[in-house]
Amino acid sequence: MSIHESNGSPQSLKNASKIKFEERRESLTFLGLSLPAILAILIVVFLPIIWLSSLSFYNAAGELSMENYARIYESALYRRTFVVTFQISIAVTLICVLLGYPLCYWLTKLPDRTASILMIFVLVPFWTSILVRTYAWLVLLQRNGIINSSLMSLGIIDEPLQLAHNLTGSIIGMVHVMLPFLVLPLYATMRSIDTDLVRAAVGLGSSPREAFWRVFFPMSRPGLFAGIVLVFILSLGFYVTPALMGGGRVQMLAQRIESTITIYSNWGAASALGVVLLLLALVMIWLMHRVFGLDKLFMR
Amino acid sequence: MFANKSQTIDISNLCKSYGSVNALDDVSLNISAGEFLTLLGPSGSGKTTLLMALAGFVRPDGGSIRFGDREMITTPPHKRGLGMVFQSYALFPFMTVAENVAYPLKIRGVSKSDQKIRAERALETVELGGYGNRRINQLSGGQKQRVALARAMVFEPQIILMDEPLSALDKKLREHMQIELKALHQKLDATIVYVTHDQREALTMSDRIAVVNHGRIEQVETPERLYRQPHSFFVADFIGESISLPVTVAKGTAQLGERVLKSDLPIALGSGGHRLVVRPELLEVTPGDVPETANDLSGYVHDIIYQGDSVLVIVQHDSVGQINVRVPANRAGQIGLPSKGERIGLALHPEDTIIVPEHIS
Repeated sequence: MSIHESNGSPQSLKNASKIKFEERRESLTFLGLSLPAILAILIVVFLPIIWLSSLSFYNAAGELSMENYARIYESALYRRTFVVTFQISIAVTLICVLLGYPLCYWLTKLPDRTASILMIFVLVPFWTSILVRTYAWLVLLQRNGIINSSLMSLGIIDEPLQLAHNLTGSIIGMVHVMLPFLVLPLYATMRSIDTDLVRAAVGLGSSPREAFWRVFFPMSRPGLFAGIVLVFILSLGFYVTPALMGGGRVQMLAQRIESTITIYSNWGAASALGVVLLLLALVMIWLMHRVFGLDKLFMR
Repeated sequence: MFANKSQTIDISNLCKSYGSVNALDDVSLNISAGEFLTLLGPSGSGKTTLLMALAGFVRPDGGSIRFGDREMITTPPHKRGLGMVFQSYALFPFMTVAENVAYPLKIRGVSKSDQKIRAERALETVELGGYGNRRINQLSGGQKQRVALARAMVFEPQIILMDEPLSALDKKLREHMQIELKALHQKLDATIVYVTHDQREALTMSDRIAVVNHGRIEQVETPERLYRQPHSFFVADFIGESISLPVTVAKGTAQLGERVLKSDLPIALGSGGHRLVVRPELLEVTPGDVPETANDLSGYVHDIIYQGDSVLVIVQHDSVGQINVRVPANRAGQIGLPSKGERIGLALHPEDTIIVPEHIS
């Protein structure tokens, strides 16, 4: 082969077309492999969402209108639902943080074996049906349940506490379901923090408490934020547990959507609520991204 | 602000065991003020445990650690006032270079403006002036190492501990940093305790080297004396290149086979018999017969290996087996060098005849 040929236009590069073909074949293979998933998401997620959102713009008489959205804005009942949904979600998130952060911190201090065994205890509820767990809580918390009867036999209380079928019950049940969603990302982040960093801080003169707040906590923040976002967004649209544990006294958004369909069979109004919930969740994710920088969390 | 005076470190009878393993076995060591002392040993020898005990991260079972005249054995790490450099650098990734360096000043309540000035000055000392606003992940390995150094010395500690700080760098940079660290030590008024498993690094940098093995200090010496007069087979074998031959010692004289060895060096006491340590570069290739004043280790050339800066000649000795000789790769070294299969005269002079006990008593 002469020098002119190898220095010429790209076409004359040795085997160039074969290499290009191989490259294209590879990317087509990847596309082919992910196609089923892409199609499934399109058909099962995006099409229904588009269809439901379009429903929300029709009133009961089948005319195009903003009636459904206007009602959400005007009705005190709907406004109340939104407020309660937010309040419960914030409370659940807060309690999860207060329980989950010390738990994760403690787990990272334990030997690997012990930590992984304890992690299984955190995860087992995660693998059991929500319904089973919720009914289990009802058994524990009801008027003559184990908690009330033992507290009474110990003489700590005279009358049974109202623990189920109300706000308290909803929050207890939800915290239990949501805790793994906080613990998993947080624990993963904490595990990846180099122990030398805390040592370095202490070695350079920080007290252990100072080293925790100045070094460990800032480094655990991405995991904490990821957990908070997950728990909060999931809480906003949570249905099963608040419906069962709330005993009809607590109405969160998902329950309102359900009753709008089953009782009033008003698909337009229900769709409008669903769209608002979806938008709220997106706004929350965007806000948290702006405040906490979630991109830093997923791209290292 | 008044200048800090470097401090002495006095370690006595320090013990620490993990189950049945003695990580520190009755260790005593006195380090002078302003000294550069290296703890040298293989992994698992206890050198890092000793350093971490000095830092306060490992709680010994017993013993005493004194900085100057203050007993430190129960003092928590953050009150020991040490500068520390870790193997992993341990730079805080969410802080800038300047914030990292200023960290020890910040927690000591130094004013913001002073923090800035002193951090920049420390960065200049390690030749990173103007890098203050960079993020840690924008730095190369060598630069990270310098930042870690600047952070350890910015508050002018009397003692700086370093745990294999150069081991993550590539060979060339490591050798460059060794020279720089040594120069830096001369500028700083601080006692430095340095941990490494690299004997060459220890020889290059230290005022004295403490060789650690099985939780005990085998020998503490200046690099040259440690190299030329090791007290035990472990030290002789760990430091430098050598081959060893079993010898018998009786009444202060050593015998290699039938021949009495002439040695100017004292023979240390110990257990498990003695060994003659032959360093390849200390042997002299003699053109003719080996002079009467030297020990004769002549044999036949088995192989000649070219290694760039030097040539390693593998000699088959008549009775004791293989002996390696290193000669310079320049012309002078090659003159009179026999070729493969020929006889080669090897002289081991009495001042280079190192005889050590198998185990230190």
